[in-house]
Amino acid sequence: MTTLGDSFLTAWQLVSLADARLAGIVWLSLRVSLTATLIACIVGMPIGALLAVGRFPGRRILVVLFNGLMGLPPVVVGLLVYLLLSRAGPLGSFGLLFSPTAMVIAQAILVTPIVAALTRQVVADEWAEYREQLRSLGASRARAAATLLWDGRFSLTTAGLAGFGRAIAEVGAVMIVGGNIDGVTRVMTTTIALETSKGDLPLALALGFVLIAVVLSVNAFAYALRGWAEKRWG
Amino acid sequence: MITRRLFCSALTIASVLVAGQSHAQERFITVSSTTSTEQSGLFGHLLPAFEKASGIKVRVVALGTGQALDMARRGDADVVFVHDKAAEEKFIAEGFGVKRQEVMYNDFVVIGPKADPAKAAGKDILEGLRRIAGSRSEIPGMQSTEAAQAPFVSRGDKSGTHAAELRYWKAAGVDLAAKKGAWYRDTGSGMGPALNTAASMNAYILADRGTWLNFKNRGDLGIIVEGDTRLFNQYGVILVNPAKHPHVKQADGQKFIDWLVAADGQKAIADYKIGGEQLFFPNAAK
Repeated sequence: MTTLGDSFLTAWQLVSLADARLAGIVWLSLRVSLTATLIACIVGMPIGALLAVGRFPGRRILVVLFNGLMGLPPVVVGLLVYLLLSRAGPLGSFGLLFSPTAMVIAQAILVTPIVAALTRQVVADEWAEYREQLRSLGASRARAAATLLWDGRFSLTTAGLAGFGRAIAEVGAVMIVGGNIDGVTRVMTTTIALETSKGDLPLALALGFVLIAVVLSVNAFAYALRGWAEKRWG
Repeated sequence: MITRRLFCSALTIASVLVAGQSHAQERFITVSSTTSTEQSGLFGHLLPAFEKASGIKVRVVALGTGQALDMARRGDADVVFVHDKAAEEKFIAEGFGVKRQEVMYNDFVVIGPKADPAKAAGKDILEGLRRIAGSRSEIPGMQSTEAAQAPFVSRGDKSGTHAAELRYWKAAGVDLAAKKGAWYRDTGSGMGPALNTAASMNAYILADRGTWLNFKNRGDLGIIVEGDTRLFNQYGVILVNPAKHPHVKQADGQKFIDWLVAADGQKAIADYKIGGEQLFFPNAAK
């Protein structure tokens, strides 16, 4: 109980003092996870839409595959990217290991299936509803997929946010490919893991509260933006 | 129209995020080291001094000694700074390292419940371990209730501390394979997490003094065995062999090593104290 109380107090102090180191860590967390989510959306949303409206052999297998990959263990993705980017690995010559870029790559891989699977669901529901209409207009399947993506853009924010939530909360992948280097690749979750290692549980929990607050703010911002956009263009 | 505007803004956001990604090219080396040097706070004290003297930033990836050496074998580090002489010499023999130089030592301590149910307290590490293991069954008249027996937590992660622990058990004549039971908890974790586990189970554990001094979640634990010269823990530093990995930053890595073993680095190591207590004792060859 005292730990909880201490943590709230510490969290409040950290935020109110606008600690520069903490701000750097929060900013890196946001930068890495937002970039990864953006990449995942650019890649995953078209895949999801095509899976929803397309008719091609192996489609069902792909649907199951993407649904299943939503549960990709971050540690495994981290290990995979680590071995790829390691100097001894196939992409080693780029020297990307232990950089924010490596963390973005790992998180993008982790999040893409989530965005794709959720997009597929949203678009499949719309497809069921507008199928005849789109067909009568003579739209190709690719065209239909694009139309439905655009049409479902407000519902799809949830897919993006789910992906972002996964990215910013995971520690297994960024720890391995980032190396938790102070000032370079240290993000919120790896800082929390480090402080836990040092036995400073109140500080670790305080950082946890800050992380939750950051995630909530991003979601609130997205919600407000969506409401505003819907009013304007919806 | 709207689509185009949206597309443009997405592109802007993307370019801002990506631009933020690419750091200004700064001069740095990557050092793979151990959790004890990082979590004891030593690097936080040393590296700013080195950076000031040389203009080179040091990026530390803190792992167990076994992992740290493996990382260097793959060519992902320029310098290794670890504490397991046997493993380090093997690393050199395999041709991955140029030369091993001794930098400093600290010591291991046996941490355990202050009540010391195994009566292991003292200066003799081997006797202490025998008692921790022996209290399981061999001492006649000793009730083998769980309450009377504190478990022992092992790192179990191929770290330098883990290797040292196994050496001590062997030297003490305790056959772990035969005696391993529920009392021996193999956690497979770093020093800090293992200490957290020990604190919550009120168990014995072998730890390096630095991490212990910097550790906050102590529970009912205290130092049980300390001061045995066999508990000295030597740290060595090695430049990764550029012949194996041509991208190794040889000049800057060597500068870091030279600084560590020269007067300035050695003094900085000696100056690091927690609560007035010195953690690491410089002993580089003159």
